[in-house]
Amino acid sequence: MTITLSIIYLITTIAFVIGLKMLGHPETAKKGNLISGIGMGLAIVATIFLHDFEVPSINYILIGVALLIGTILGYLIAIKVAMTKMPELVSLFNGFGGGSALLIGLVEFGNFSTDATQTSTIIAAIIIGSITFTGSLVAWGKLNGSMKDIRLPKYNLINNLFILALIAFGAYIVMYDPTSLTLIYLLLAASLVYGVLFVIPIGGADMPVVISLLNSLTGIAAAITGILYGNMVMMVGGILVGSAGLILTFIMCKAMNRSLSNVIFGAFGGGDAATAAVGKAGGTIKKTTASDSAILLNYASKVVIVPGYGLAVAQAQHVIHELEELLTKKGVDVSYAIHPVAGRMPGHMNVLLAESNVSYDKLIEMDNINPQFPNTDVVLVVGANDVVNPAAHNDPSSPIYGMPILDVENAKHIIVNKRSMNAGYAGIENELFFNQKTSMLFGDAKSALTELVNELKNM
Amino acid sequence: MNELVEFISNNLQLLYILILAIFIGVELIKNVPSVLHTPLMSGANALSGVVIVGALLVMLQAKPDDYLSLGLGFVAVVLGIINVVGGFVVTDRMLQMFKKKK
Repeated sequence: MTITLSIIYLITTIAFVIGLKMLGHPETAKKGNLISGIGMGLAIVATIFLHDFEVPSINYILIGVALLIGTILGYLIAIKVAMTKMPELVSLFNGFGGGSALLIGLVEFGNFSTDATQTSTIIAAIIIGSITFTGSLVAWGKLNGSMKDIRLPKYNLINNLFILALIAFGAYIVMYDPTSLTLIYLLLAASLVYGVLFVIPIGGADMPVVISLLNSLTGIAAAITGILYGNMVMMVGGILVGSAGLILTFIMCKAMNRSLSNVIFGAFGGGDAATAAVGKAGGTIKKTTASDSAILLNYASKVVIVPGYGLAVAQAQHVIHELEELLTKKGVDVSYAIHPVAGRMPGHMNVLLAESNVSYDKLIEMDNINPQFPNTDVVLVVGANDVVNPAAHNDPSSPIYGMPILDVENAKHIIVNKRSMNAGYAGIENELFFNQKTSMLFGDAKSALTELVNELKNM
Repeated sequence: MNELVEFISNNLQLLYILILAIFIGVELIKNVPSVLHTPLMSGANALSGVVIVGALLVMLQAKPDDYLSLGLGFVAVVLGIINVVGGFVVTDRMLQMFKKKK
């Protein structure tokens, strides 16, 4: 490695640390991302040109073609995708990173396999890379709805034994048969299968936590390949992502009042507790119309909007902003209550509302808005369900029991817009809908809100 | 046991770096407001694309007649660069949303 290359790697590493630091503050985040990006670009260019091996020109051509294809693909996907699809996109990209790590491990197995330390590094890269690869793809499939939760009987036991067997298998290869390609391909296949088994039983509501965890694992895979090459920038960059991702995973678990082991082994919405909870809420619901809701909103002095993923799916974030502006003009005090896990990822709802120009100071976080609900005339819940489910407070058998929620039932009136009476993402009933103060405004969020806006305009 | 001691003494510098990097990662993220969790996850995800450096090394060192290494390396570079470019661009797009305000 030339000294110039080492210096550039050092600069890149510093750029990563500073960039990550800046990414943690709203004012500097954009610049931080740019700084890390430039650092990465430097490292990539320097790796290609500042090495000291003999490289045939055909390799350069292939590298150029690969970079070109990947850059165009990555850029197009990133530009085209809708903001609502962000969580699954992060998962997809993450899977690609893991796939890259596993391929590196696979190639280097043939080249390096003399020393036990190196062989174990390669095997670790293959195992972790494969798990993040298929795991992220499954998470992606589940988030975009093309894959359902599947729980084999005793899946926890199976998964735990599986991972132990994988590790033992890896250790066996290192100790007894460090040159066998057949065994490596077997290990690869088993790791890929484990990635699927690991993610597939985990409930949809927990997907953000899982993606964050997988993201952390990709970082670790990158760090491990870095150790293999003695490459500092891969090592430090990978470890940074690994530890940052892990801590982010814990923060997210905390927002949902669940432990990580509960997320991984507890399979949200599964098991006996959930079956007991389903169907518990009962009674009659009160339907309402757009014009009745409009009257209610028009004469309110304080309205709180609770947006959920349903709003995002219906692409109704612009209409809700129109509604909010209209009400504000009429002298109504309007704000948005943002649950930490509203949408599909923490902060997802903020991104979506910011996209439709909702002013930042109108978005109120849970702890600040909860005391305001008793003075609120009307709460408009749009496409949110689990984050306003009172079962989290008063039903110990509910799978979401203990999760902090928005206490909308303290408001004077609650209007819930929902497509149907189907249970929420966590698959549990919501007694809020049967509350005396609740009226249900059925329909697709976009059309229901548009109707509401039109009614209000005519008043 | 002996092997472990040997491993540690051979890789002492490495262990220091790893441990310090872990602490930096934790400290950087600890107090981030939940608003930024999504962009942060996406930004960190782009950083994990640093694995591309390894993929490039594979391709640079592959012999021109070693089609397996070249082929796998090629795919690894494509996947890695998608992770990098896509990750940074999508994070930038998300943060753009915040920027317009205020």
